[in-house]
Amino acid sequence: MSVPAQIIDLPVADAPASSSQRHWFRADFPVIPALILLTIAFVALFANFLAPHNPELGSLTARFKPPFWQAKGSYQYLLGTDQLGRDVLSRLIFGARISMVVGFFAVMVAGVLGTTLGIISGYLGGWVDQVIMRLTDTWLALPALTFAIFLAAIVGPSMWNIVIILGVTYWTRYARVIRGEVLSLREREYVRLAIVAGCSKWTIMVRHILPNVINSAIVLGTLMLGVVIITEATLSFLGVGVPPPQPAWGLMLSDGKQGLMVGYWWLTVFPGLCIMLMVLSANILGDWLRVKLDPQLRQL
Amino acid sequence: MKQFILRRFGYALLSLFLLSLTIFFFVRVTGDPAALLVEPGASADDIAAIHHQFGLDRPLVVQYAIFMKQLLQGDLGKSFYYQTPVMQLYLTRLPNSLILAVVAMGFSLLIGIPSGILAAVRVGKFWDSAGKMFALLGLSLPSFWVGLVMILFFSVYLGWLPSSGSGTPWHLIMPAFALGWYFAAAHMRLTRSSMLEVLGSEYIKLARIKGLPEALVIAKHAFKNALIPVLTLAGVNLVIMVNVAVVVETVFAWPGIGRLLYEGISFRDFPVVQGVVLLGGAMIVIVNFVVDILYAVIDPRIRLEK
Repeated sequence: MSVPAQIIDLPVADAPASSSQRHWFRADFPVIPALILLTIAFVALFANFLAPHNPELGSLTARFKPPFWQAKGSYQYLLGTDQLGRDVLSRLIFGARISMVVGFFAVMVAGVLGTTLGIISGYLGGWVDQVIMRLTDTWLALPALTFAIFLAAIVGPSMWNIVIILGVTYWTRYARVIRGEVLSLREREYVRLAIVAGCSKWTIMVRHILPNVINSAIVLGTLMLGVVIITEATLSFLGVGVPPPQPAWGLMLSDGKQGLMVGYWWLTVFPGLCIMLMVLSANILGDWLRVKLDPQLRQL
Repeated sequence: MKQFILRRFGYALLSLFLLSLTIFFFVRVTGDPAALLVEPGASADDIAAIHHQFGLDRPLVVQYAIFMKQLLQGDLGKSFYYQTPVMQLYLTRLPNSLILAVVAMGFSLLIGIPSGILAAVRVGKFWDSAGKMFALLGLSLPSFWVGLVMILFFSVYLGWLPSSGSGTPWHLIMPAFALGWYFAAAHMRLTRSSMLEVLGSEYIKLARIKGLPEALVIAKHAFKNALIPVLTLAGVNLVIMVNVAVVVETVFAWPGIGRLLYEGISFRDFPVVQGVVLLGGAMIVIVNFVVDILYAVIDPRIRLEK
């Protein structure tokens, strides 16, 4: 029996999917964000072939050249040059590599750490759960950005240090969400059958629980990608992230500050646009995945 | 209730303890603080003397005990660069950070609440999608880039607003907007979901059945109740704002705590970095504790939760 529409016609958080949306992979798949991310990944992979110039070497005779469509611009430097005469376009291209590597690996570190702790905490329960969750709560209570800055300032700037620092700063969300899911998975029939069949705790966690929480981990990972990339840019901007002369986008913004007051806008606008495009795409894609893959996360 | 407060208080203390331990541990383990104090090329004797002077040659446990004792007395050590107590530096900068955070909060609520209400009232329609897009943009634009672009536009091209420094209300506008922007998205999202929840409740149905005009239902009945969680979040966010303003303050050379942290990093001024992070973390732990208690006072169900 169907319920008359007007009775259930209360405002709800998400409008019900129309019939055209049923083929979800076609209807509302965020094509453009996905394409942007793929393009950035492609550019990052083939940076060596795509970049017209060396990103870390400039010629001092060609400092502060504007993009090609402006009066003093030239086709040799399509998006202009910076204070050391380095090609902005080439730096952006190699910067994509840094953002991708840092983003991907930091999310991986956070994901592996958080998911492992979440599964152990949720499945074993008892004092193990207590200890891990207290630790998670404490970590969550710390201001993430300030804490990352602090760690970066003492550990010293390097790309791989940043990966570790971001991973260590952001694992808590995984731990919380995954633990919550494991708590309900633990009570399912197939887990009980596995126990009866004599599987060890370790086997159950790896073979039976893990595959069922991996969806959530992927969704969280996509959503975290944006946060991680912005944090990396922030750290680099403050001078505790990726060290110069590497072409990190945040570092480019920091360098571009010198030319800002005299109107060298391209040094500020282009790296920021790159960050925005990448983060926005990751967020839209993550949002879509969240609704499609994982109904339990819809409330987040 | 008493038990709940005690338990939460225990958690808060545990958080503070772990915070101090983490910071202490990282500083000692990741490098020799003495190396930051001496000139490059100092002799081993000089380093040993510094070790002795700062008590770095004692066992770690003793060092931690001394560190905690000083901490509890409000002593965060002396800045290497300014040669004044860190606490004093912090307190002179704090008012600036608070002013910035309050104005930024004003901006974010001014943008976030009306757009959240609009999105909730027109759920699933154009304004809802526009609001969603806005929220996504808010979360995707780094605040320092918003700041830089605003400088470029309003200071360099139009020449309307000062690009950095402090002193007049004009100096506040851009940093406050750049800082408030990110939070506006969060406030919009919460206003929207809170409004939707209230609009679905029984007493709103009753108000509608009574025949009240929709505008009155929304303005008088729904809005007031939907505002509670938003204002709670705003209270927490105000404290967070003070602590995440570091980039915005750096961009606009605003003399707040964030700028102090940045200076601490640039000058390798270790006590300052440690102090700012410690106080910031403590502030957030305390606010979370207060909010937990307030929630429990308002909603008895929370008290019974494990």
